[in-house]
Amino acid sequence: MPSVAANPIPSLENLMTDMTQDALEIAGVRYRSRLLVGTGKYKDLDETGRAIEASGAEIVTVAIRRTNIGQNPDEPNLLDVVPPDRYTILPNTAGCYTAEEAVRTCRLARELLDGHKLVKLEVLADQKTLFPNVVETLKAAEVLIKDGFDVMVYTSDDPIIARELAAMGCVAVMPLAGLIGSGMGICNPWNLRIILEEATVPVLVDAGVGTASDATIAMELGCAGVLMNSAIAHADHPVLMAQAMHHAVVAGRAAYLAGRMPRKLYASASSPLDGTLR
Amino acid sequence: MQIHLNGEPYHLDQPLTLTELIARLGLTGKRLAVELNLDIVPRSQHAETRLAEGDRVEIVHAIGGG
Repeated sequence: MPSVAANPIPSLENLMTDMTQDALEIAGVRYRSRLLVGTGKYKDLDETGRAIEASGAEIVTVAIRRTNIGQNPDEPNLLDVVPPDRYTILPNTAGCYTAEEAVRTCRLARELLDGHKLVKLEVLADQKTLFPNVVETLKAAEVLIKDGFDVMVYTSDDPIIARELAAMGCVAVMPLAGLIGSGMGICNPWNLRIILEEATVPVLVDAGVGTASDATIAMELGCAGVLMNSAIAHADHPVLMAQAMHHAVVAGRAAYLAGRMPRKLYASASSPLDGTLR
Repeated sequence: MQIHLNGEPYHLDQPLTLTELIARLGLTGKRLAVELNLDIVPRSQHAETRLAEGDRVEIVHAIGGG
């Protein structure tokens, strides 16, 4: 029989240390929060700002779009509610269908954000599924990495493509867990498991999360983080859901670090049998 | 003269610099980025970059997205 000491029980103090010192490291920067959030689909900028604050996220995605010409020059600016001096802004290439468009968008984002190098690359294939076009994604990633960008890349849950993107030098690989905006949850945990087992860079679930338990499942699998937008913005009460997601990600991470008990087919009594009345 | 601004034809009475164009659009002081004929024009060069007939100008900003 293996001795109990072979698997020492961490002291409470050590457990607390595990979570307080736990950090997500991306491109050499350490983040306390493993929840990354988008800024799309909110009712207004006020709600956007309050939900993002409630989520505790430090990395916040934005889209890059043409300015309105001559229409309402006084419209409020997203970066006023998610100021770049407080949040790490993660510009995305959403809406790009070719490597070329994605690279242009990242270069514009770098200029917009004063030389900021961290980007979320996504090259889409199809409007109905918003599935990534991995061929164009690989092309764009290569150009961007050569150009000095730190690339966090949205991809399919194909372990071979994930491995390739990490080998190229992407700073994080972000497979979908379900289709963007679908809220279908973690559709194929087994592929995520394979990607995680091979991971050489942080693997974050990007897309698919619908509710708090989905985020927890992703973290329990061992993901480094979760990126979501619709699950918060399209909840009936986005600010409350943002808080729920914060707790869900923390809980899932802690459970992953704690190590779950093994599954057993049959019952195992929690109360001792000794001293039972007969 | 005519340029293309954010994909639309745009008429200019005289050849403006990027700084002047941005002012004319009421966007001075806004956080934005400019691409001219597919190349980024750094903010520091807006004042000295004069537009020419047929130029393709893109002016972008950050909006909500996931």
